[in-house]
Amino acid sequence: MSQQGYVAAPPYSQAQPGMGGYQGGFGTGPAQPLYGHYGGPPQAFTTPPAGMLKSPASSAAGMPPPPVSSQYSPNVQQNGAHPQSGYEYVMKVLKDSQCLSDNITIPTECCCVLSVAHQPFQTPPPPAMGQPQMLPGSQSLNMSPQMSSSQSPQASMSMTSPQMPGPPMAGVGRPFPGPPPPGPGGFQQPGPPGYPQQAGKSDPFGGHMAGPQPGMPGAFPGAPGSLAGPPQKKLDPDSIPSITQVIEDDQAKQGGQVLTTNIRGQVPPLVTTDFTVQDQGNASPRFIRCTTYCLPCTADLGKQCQVPLASIIKPFASLPKNETPLYVVSHGDTGPIRCNRCKAYMCPYMRFIDGGRRYQCGFCSCVNEVPVFYFQHLDHMGRRVDLYERPELSLGSYEFVATLDYCKNNKPPNPPAYIFMIDVSYNNIKSGLVKLICEELKTLLEKLPRYTQEDARQCSTRSVGFVTYNKVLHFYNVKSALAQPQMMVVSDTAEMFVPLLDGFLVNYQDSRAVIYNLLDQIPDMFADTNESETIFAPVIQAGVEAFKAAECSGKLFIFHSSMPTAEAPGKLKNRDDKKLVNTEKEKILFQPQKGVYEQLSKDCVAQGCCVDLFLFPSQYVDLATMADVPSHTGGSIYKYSNFQVETDGEHFLRDLRKDVQKSIGFDAVMRVRTSTGFRATDFFGAIHMNNTTDIEMAAVDCDKAVTVEFKHDDTLNEENGAFLQCALLYTTINGQRRLRIHNLSLNCSSQLLELYKSCETDSLINFFAKSAYRAILNQPLKNVREILVNQTAHMLACYRKNCASPSAASQLILPDAMKVFPVYMNSLMKTAPMLGSTELSTDDRAHQRLSVMAMGVEDTQLLLYPRLLPLHNMDVSSDILPAPVRCSEERLTDCGMFLLENGHSMFLWLGQAIPPDLIQSIFNVPSLCALPELDNVLSKKVRSIISGLLDKRPNSMKLQIVRQKDKPEMLFRQFLVEDKGLYSGASYMDFLCYVHREIRQLLT
Amino acid sequence: MATYQEFIQQNEDRDGVRFSWNFWPSSRLEATRLVVPVSCLFTPLKERPDLPPVQYEPVLCSRANCKAVLNPLCQVDFRAKIWACNFCFQRNPFPPSYAGISEVNQPAELMPQFSTIEYIVQHGPPTPLIFLYVVDTCLEEEDLQALKESLQMSLSLLPPNALVGLITFGRMVQVHELSCEGIAKSYVFRGTKDLSSKQIQEMLGLTNSAPLGQQGRPLVPQDAAAFCRFLQPVHRVDMNLTDLLGELQRDPWPVPQGKRPLRSTGVALSVAVGLLEGSFPNTGARVMLFIGGPPTQGPGMVVGDELKTPIRSWHDIQKDNARHLKKATKYYEALANRSAVNGHSIDIYACALDQSGLLEMKCLSTLTGGHIVMGDSFNTSLFKQTFQRVFSKDYNGDFRMAFGGVLEVKTSRELKVCGAIGPCVSLNSKGSCVSENEMGVGGTNQWKVCSLTPSTTLGIYFEVVNQHNAPIPQGGRGAVQFVTQYQHSNTQRRIRVTTIARNWADAQTQIQHIESSFDQEAAAVLMARLGVFRAESEEGPDVLRWLDRQLIRLCQKFGQFNKDDPASFRLSESLSLYPQFMFHLRRSPFLQVFNNSPDESSYYRHHFVRQDLTQSLIMIQPILYSYSFHGPPEPVLLDSSSILPDRILLMDTFFQLVIYHGETISQWRKAGYQKMAEYENFKQLLQAPLDDAQELLHARFPMPRYIDTEHGGSQARFLLSKVNPSQTHNSLYTWGQETGSPILTDDVSLQVFMDHLKKLAVSSST
Repeated sequence: MSQQGYVAAPPYSQAQPGMGGYQGGFGTGPAQPLYGHYGGPPQAFTTPPAGMLKSPASSAAGMPPPPVSSQYSPNVQQNGAHPQSGYEYVMKVLKDSQCLSDNITIPTECCCVLSVAHQPFQTPPPPAMGQPQMLPGSQSLNMSPQMSSSQSPQASMSMTSPQMPGPPMAGVGRPFPGPPPPGPGGFQQPGPPGYPQQAGKSDPFGGHMAGPQPGMPGAFPGAPGSLAGPPQKKLDPDSIPSITQVIEDDQAKQGGQVLTTNIRGQVPPLVTTDFTVQDQGNASPRFIRCTTYCLPCTADLGKQCQVPLASIIKPFASLPKNETPLYVVSHGDTGPIRCNRCKAYMCPYMRFIDGGRRYQCGFCSCVNEVPVFYFQHLDHMGRRVDLYERPELSLGSYEFVATLDYCKNNKPPNPPAYIFMIDVSYNNIKSGLVKLICEELKTLLEKLPRYTQEDARQCSTRSVGFVTYNKVLHFYNVKSALAQPQMMVVSDTAEMFVPLLDGFLVNYQDSRAVIYNLLDQIPDMFADTNESETIFAPVIQAGVEAFKAAECSGKLFIFHSSMPTAEAPGKLKNRDDKKLVNTEKEKILFQPQKGVYEQLSKDCVAQGCCVDLFLFPSQYVDLATMADVPSHTGGSIYKYSNFQVETDGEHFLRDLRKDVQKSIGFDAVMRVRTSTGFRATDFFGAIHMNNTTDIEMAAVDCDKAVTVEFKHDDTLNEENGAFLQCALLYTTINGQRRLRIHNLSLNCSSQLLELYKSCETDSLINFFAKSAYRAILNQPLKNVREILVNQTAHMLACYRKNCASPSAASQLILPDAMKVFPVYMNSLMKTAPMLGSTELSTDDRAHQRLSVMAMGVEDTQLLLYPRLLPLHNMDVSSDILPAPVRCSEERLTDCGMFLLENGHSMFLWLGQAIPPDLIQSIFNVPSLCALPELDNVLSKKVRSIISGLLDKRPNSMKLQIVRQKDKPEMLFRQFLVEDKGLYSGASYMDFLCYVHREIRQLLT
Repeated sequence: MATYQEFIQQNEDRDGVRFSWNFWPSSRLEATRLVVPVSCLFTPLKERPDLPPVQYEPVLCSRANCKAVLNPLCQVDFRAKIWACNFCFQRNPFPPSYAGISEVNQPAELMPQFSTIEYIVQHGPPTPLIFLYVVDTCLEEEDLQALKESLQMSLSLLPPNALVGLITFGRMVQVHELSCEGIAKSYVFRGTKDLSSKQIQEMLGLTNSAPLGQQGRPLVPQDAAAFCRFLQPVHRVDMNLTDLLGELQRDPWPVPQGKRPLRSTGVALSVAVGLLEGSFPNTGARVMLFIGGPPTQGPGMVVGDELKTPIRSWHDIQKDNARHLKKATKYYEALANRSAVNGHSIDIYACALDQSGLLEMKCLSTLTGGHIVMGDSFNTSLFKQTFQRVFSKDYNGDFRMAFGGVLEVKTSRELKVCGAIGPCVSLNSKGSCVSENEMGVGGTNQWKVCSLTPSTTLGIYFEVVNQHNAPIPQGGRGAVQFVTQYQHSNTQRRIRVTTIARNWADAQTQIQHIESSFDQEAAAVLMARLGVFRAESEEGPDVLRWLDRQLIRLCQKFGQFNKDDPASFRLSESLSLYPQFMFHLRRSPFLQVFNNSPDESSYYRHHFVRQDLTQSLIMIQPILYSYSFHGPPEPVLLDSSSILPDRILLMDTFFQLVIYHGETISQWRKAGYQKMAEYENFKQLLQAPLDDAQELLHARFPMPRYIDTEHGGSQARFLLSKVNPSQTHNSLYTWGQETGSPILTDDVSLQVFMDHLKKLAVSSST
């Protein structure tokens, strides 16, 4: 079967290893009682929707009792039921197997007859590690490739490609030889038995620890295909849709090619694919990606499919060197030409009529006069003669020079400034952080985004400022004329102000000597401090006031250690209450505390003050509140728990350097205009909204994306398509006011199939991640998870119902464009914020939640499906990266070395049986904590891979080296997203099963 | 018997006291009929090189509400070793240390020549002097430079152990930490926010925050060090501070076109007061405020920062059009009172071409005994020398300044204290000798004078309470005792006690005695002080009317005349000059606001109510010397008739020194005769007034404005506005002759004034 065979269902259909062999597993002490428990509630079976489960009871009756321990009987019965009701799939490709078939189903033997359909997610019964699977005799597919060694035989068996529906592996000594195991107990949900082991942690989806179980047993009773006639199909994990495969295919197909954006509704390559964009009228996918490039014509249609309509806009995305930077257009003193009615900016979608004297707006259809200076004749095609000379008529993305009307108070802005604000309380001094920062700043300042040569003359003298603080703030006068810097202490934290202007914000070049002097002295000045209390809100306020006084926008870099407990506005108290986890009130943990910070965000945005927060906590700091301002001002939040200079210093400095050098626009307002029929209704990102349309950002850098959701207003027209124009008004780093315009045209269709064809999974998951992360502020996690699963099921069910060729209900059919969607969705639900686990630090959860809100598609993709690179067998002479493998434990080998990264963490995993020479050449033994620089090809290669990845990602990552079976491996494990979650959460297969069950319910 | 003149002079020299009457009318009724109250000018710290202080504590009357100090007027029973208090008649035993006294072995305080005696009392450790500079940085570059130099210079004048501090302000207020090495550190306060003293101390880190020890680290002994962060001994920080002053920049905040710089004087003072209040209460301290313009923001703001709204004028004030006046005044008064309570005085050095808000701020100095100096620029010798003179030293090498003075006045039974007028605040001590009738700062017999100089003079007003029908036995004497406790500039605590007595006289039978005991100079100054005090709260014309009425009543009482016959009016010698003083007083800037800004009026009044008698008289009636070839320099009438072409005039108004060259002289000077050897005498003539002026300049605090002008010169107006306009453009006298120079004014001349006075005095209708 070709890769298209992505199926989702396979897990269910997988042949389960023989039960007999695994009995031992069940026999394990803990398993039994629990199992009994799970198995117990047969009611689960009674309730299932009729359509799916036909009278399990009867089926049970028909089945021979499984030779397994009695505990299994319920399952067995259930399994039995399915076969009877004919729910198994034959494992075969239903659709033709050409590469691009839009949907591929894998017939599976799976009988996803999950009786628990109404009991959504908590119940999935992922197999526990080492859990022997009870599989129907004929099935040999490994259901859950966990690390149990006992399973390996099955695993390997399952490797045998699904195509060969050959005889099941009988040899395993299964109890049920023969294809149609009467007791397909096989499908024996591994879950229940698995439970015991994992139960200790929590249940799969962080739901109830033990609660859900009533439904459980039923959950995966599906005995693969015994009845389906050709039960011989076996499915191994390789046969379920694989992200790495999808990525590889896309890269193979579109990698290295030039994407010309001259087609409406063109679906771009995946974010992971390398391609070059040639702008021919639509914005590059680097700037805008959509969940679907073909909008449904009517709102009803949209509702029916439940595919969210959204764009992820990254207005400042950095372009590779071989792509043209944006052109800057000036329309003179009158400012950019705009539609009189809807104020859309001149763009390729304006239609010139009347011999070029007038133009019709593509967005609102209003007919406008062409200003005299802009007049141009039309050619025989009705196009302006100067079409290709004017970027705004021929390109998807370009910039306008903004006139004074677009500036605050009609005054040209001053160049933005950077202020470094260093917490010099006891903790930061003790950890050596202050010294580190001060040292680094000396070189870092050289790397500040520079004015280009020609702008140098017009740049004002302000650009950097320095503040230190503990309970009070210390401003520094570093005027170039001074021999010594001067410190000014402001202790009036209740009403913050800046004590000086001239001398505080200085040109780095001019004041270098004084600044060096200052940076040398700061660590000494506070060396014997015993002040451990800090303030926070006044620090930000001070920055805002400074910018206000200097009449500029800018960025604050705040290096902060602890919860602000000193008596001042914004004082916080510990509210980290683990008891709230998994309750209705859990959302409180994510909500910022009301009051000061809310107002502060507004002030910041109004002044164009972006806040970047570097946190160095040793305990809970109420990150949800502290990061409130950064997360509304386009800032970033970095967190280094228990910071130590030796181990985390480099990591932090890399982050800092990257952050400082990001290309960035300040004091930005973005507006998304759409053609009639739909409009932007909801916005996600590190933004502030004062009204329903203007997206305000104190600053926006190359990694910040805003996700915009659209809703129908009216019916869309297939012929006209749909347009959107994103206009971003901002101040450049050298103080010019500009308008950046991105245009995108989309198709419209009344055929759902078209829509599904044009979907983009990476964008979809970005949208879902952001909306779920926002939803958890207001709803219990349980509800959010339910909604996610429901919507996933709904989208897929709708496809199945409306687009796919008829097929057996037991088949799970996924649209091609969405075939890996469930993996991502499952991974999303296993992310820390979505898991109600007391093991996770509240701050970390809040941190991740907030970081994701500002992420673009690339970042969410990587975060939700980390990259796992095998390093032990790569070709050291080649330049290319080794091909990533799937994030699952079974892809690891004992003698291997793997690099895993998700944009935030990076691990080097070393197998137990890794050849010593490998270790030797990389680490030069015995130290395993850092990568030494060794002069051999392998070492060089590994280091170049790592540094290459670090360069590519917006954040730096700390390389953590873990050895198989060592304790830290747990950390690593949680990123193997296809496996069952460490804290809870289903494995990929289990999730597919579960979704499938949901779909089937929906379809009946 | 010596003349009264001599007696008065002698008393003044010995005790620093000038009474309006040196015989006291023996009943309340008679006293009120004398018009001028029994009152005195008292200079508590009058320099007495011949008076060595004694090294022991005074002996006090044991009666709790008396506590008068043993003095030469007390009756002493040497045998019983008992003395009788001459105020309450309590009989007190001498303390054991006086066991050896006898008629021939008397302690100093019993000897008549020691009616004024000074005791050194030392309780507790000596406290250093504190000088806190509060410096406005919204100055022109040149001004700031000059000021910086003056301040740096002043460091060398301070005693090495004095504590010194620096606060600078502009839009913000900066308190500079002086102890730190390396980076110069300062605490900054917002200029618009009024802070309580507690807040200020917290923000400066002067309070011990309890949780400091939490980290398990030992508490540093911080208290002393913490205060010292801002106030350091001069010897330790003078290098540091000199550098700091040298690096002082103009206020860095840009001042937009059409705006005044934002100057947070109010908050700066509040911080200064708060800092001292918290760290050194009841210790001698000077807050020295240097300003180059009016406060323009925050509490105490006098004018907004819009240049188009000019600062209030008298006109605005009279029209009740001065927006910030009341609020600002109230703010500064509150500050001044706080400061006074702690014994800290506030000096204001205001150098600006326009007004700088002295009207509102003057209370700071008035109530705390601080100096006010007003000039055009810090870059003038007027400021520089005046400032230097603040630190002048006496014959012992001690500063001519004292701190934390408390003046207590005790009277014998027939007399009560009505109040005092001078740089003082009431201590609200309601003893038995306090009158209900208030004049000046009354209702108390104790006043705090935070800062004293040897010339600081208070006017003290009394009331005779003896009833008419309870005559005082012939030869009875009334007594007044002034007890001044203060911190000497060498940090010693001292007490100076002055006890004086005057005879009672029955006004009905001994009116001539009383009349001849009239000290018209003292009386003029005392009445003027009352007038000026009234002028602070009353409309100008009302005050003038009141003064006129007093004068007329006095003339009626003591003049000799026939009813309704002005020509017959005569005054005795002891009163003859008094009307003239009043005439000039009426014209003086203390009562006339015309042509003066509110700041100038405040400035003049401030100085008037604190200077001693001689200086006060000069202020009332400037003195005029004439220099000519006809003889040695001579004082001439302050009259337009003295302005002659061949004279050089030197006028001293206390605030100004004017050298005026007559028409001819100035032509000669222009022609350069003085450079020719043969006209050496002319050169000498020109030089003579200059030398005299130099002499005056040297003795005077504050330095007067020095004006060298000539006939027709624009600055001649200073002279012309002062002289009695005996000849005006429309006077009946022939003008254009050599009899002087006419003044272009509508003011009445002394002659007219006197004519009216006589007419009214003799009129039977009043």
